[in-house]
Amino acid sequence: MTGVSRSVRVDSRLCLGSGMCAAIAPEVFALDGDRARAREDGAEPDERALEAAEICPALAITVHEGTAVIGPRRE
Amino acid sequence: MTADTTTPLAYPFNTADGLQLADAYEHARDQEGLLSVRMPYGEPALLVTRYADARFVLGDQRFSRALAAEHDAPRQSEGRNDRGILSMDPPDHTRLRSLVAKAFTVRAAERLRPQVKEFTAGLLDALEETGAPADLVDGFALPLPVAVICRLLGVPLEDRPRFRIWSDAALSTSSLTAAEAEANREELRVYMAGLIERHREEPQDDLMTALIEARDGGDRLSEEELVDLCVAVLVAGHETTATQIPNFVLTLLDHPDQLALLRARPELIPGAVEELLRFVPLGSGAAHPRYATEDVVVGTTLVRAGTPVLVAAGAANRDAMRFTAPGVLDISREGNQHLGFGHGAHHCLGAPLARLELQEALGGLISRFPGLRLAGDVVWKTEMLVRGPRAMPVAW
Ligand code: HEM
Ligand code: SF4
Repeated sequence: MTGVSRSVRVDSRLCLGSGMCAAIAPEVFALDGDRARAREDGAEPDERALEAAEICPALAITVHEGTAVIGPRRE
Repeated sequence: MTADTTTPLAYPFNTADGLQLADAYEHARDQEGLLSVRMPYGEPALLVTRYADARFVLGDQRFSRALAAEHDAPRQSEGRNDRGILSMDPPDHTRLRSLVAKAFTVRAAERLRPQVKEFTAGLLDALEETGAPADLVDGFALPLPVAVICRLLGVPLEDRPRFRIWSDAALSTSSLTAAEAEANREELRVYMAGLIERHREEPQDDLMTALIEARDGGDRLSEEELVDLCVAVLVAGHETTATQIPNFVLTLLDHPDQLALLRARPELIPGAVEELLRFVPLGSGAAHPRYATEDVVVGTTLVRAGTPVLVAAGAANRDAMRFTAPGVLDISREGNQHLGFGHGAHHCLGAPLARLELQEALGGLISRFPGLRLAGDVVWKTEMLVRGPRAMPVAW
């Protein structure tokens, strides 16, 4: 699905502030306070952003492609 | 400024027989820069004690766990353990982590709550039946997380006496020689490899079976990684929780006002668990050094490439720059983003499960035993990476 832009969202009500996403994909996620957020100037979510969505213990991260949710892959 | 080059201080600072945070940490935190320390084995390291620095180092990819294997890494015993998930960097680390992550989300842990409640109630029944005084460790704190992790992973509970010895050795800082420590780890690996074979033949509804499928079906995991991952989950999955349960009880008994508040308002239990995770410095010292892969400035200190950095989470958790009245146990504390489960890529895999076990354990104990108290001297573990009672006689 090239051409459809990807984006990433962090649900700050779920985020536990583990810092994992920002550690493995610092171009996409930032953790300046206690909760993570998608960087406004962030890079296009790549494989690492998808992995972050997979390992987030709070399932707070979703990766979107157009209107479809492509990450995390369902349990 | 560059790092302190004076003679490194002997480390760890904390004494083994208690839960105090050594005064040396206060000095280190108030002093500018990073302190140079030397552990019993390995090269000197820089010690991080401030909260902001700790989060920075643990959350930045320029600090590597994997590099420790190529150095004479600072450590408490002669033997070294460079294997396993905690010794890897992304992307290898992330690949492994993503295979187990689903079993340890907040949601997955929540599904285990009824089971954990049931185990808790069963153990409390047994304690009541035997009567006081009883050893809280052997009769409650240890069997609870062991039962939970065995069920989740797929390890027969009957084997507990066997893996107990290996797992003790794995977290031991004692005089075991490098060869003895390695022999112990190898025995545990052989045992786990055998269990994995049995699961291959007879798949079960457990994590081990799911990991076997990830290896055999998707080729995303080597056989060695599979064995090491199961070992890591088994060992990490019970010893720390088993130690924190009596530590938390002791700490609450030391703070009767907070214990009374908790009894009066059991809805405070989740917050109390967070506060206890912040307040109790579990380790005798920081472990798992991170190596700088390039020159990095931490706070005001230039850390040169190739330098190991130790992060003292227990000290960072009492940093007044982050926590108001950090030395006070306050179970109603808000915004408690402590480092008790670490931070960054290696943030504790089992955190949601551990939280739940600690909540159920504390909740169960204080509601069942309103008169819970010490009934003799605590015997401390002295040769372990984690501090806590080896035996703790209680009455109620
Ligand atoms: C009160 C109980 C527990 C405490 C205080 C605790 C603490 C920690 C800490 C501080 C770390 C990070 C170490 C570092 O970055 O140097 C960690 C990592 C880890 N913990 Fe826990 N833990 C607990 C319970 C558990 C449980 C129940 C499991 C069950 C699976 C578990 C599995 C792990 C694993 C596998 C890692 C390594 C993660 C990685 O490298 O990605 N822990 N734990
Ligand atoms: S990995 Fe999940 S819980 Fe951790 S900081 Fe990122 S969004 Fe929050």
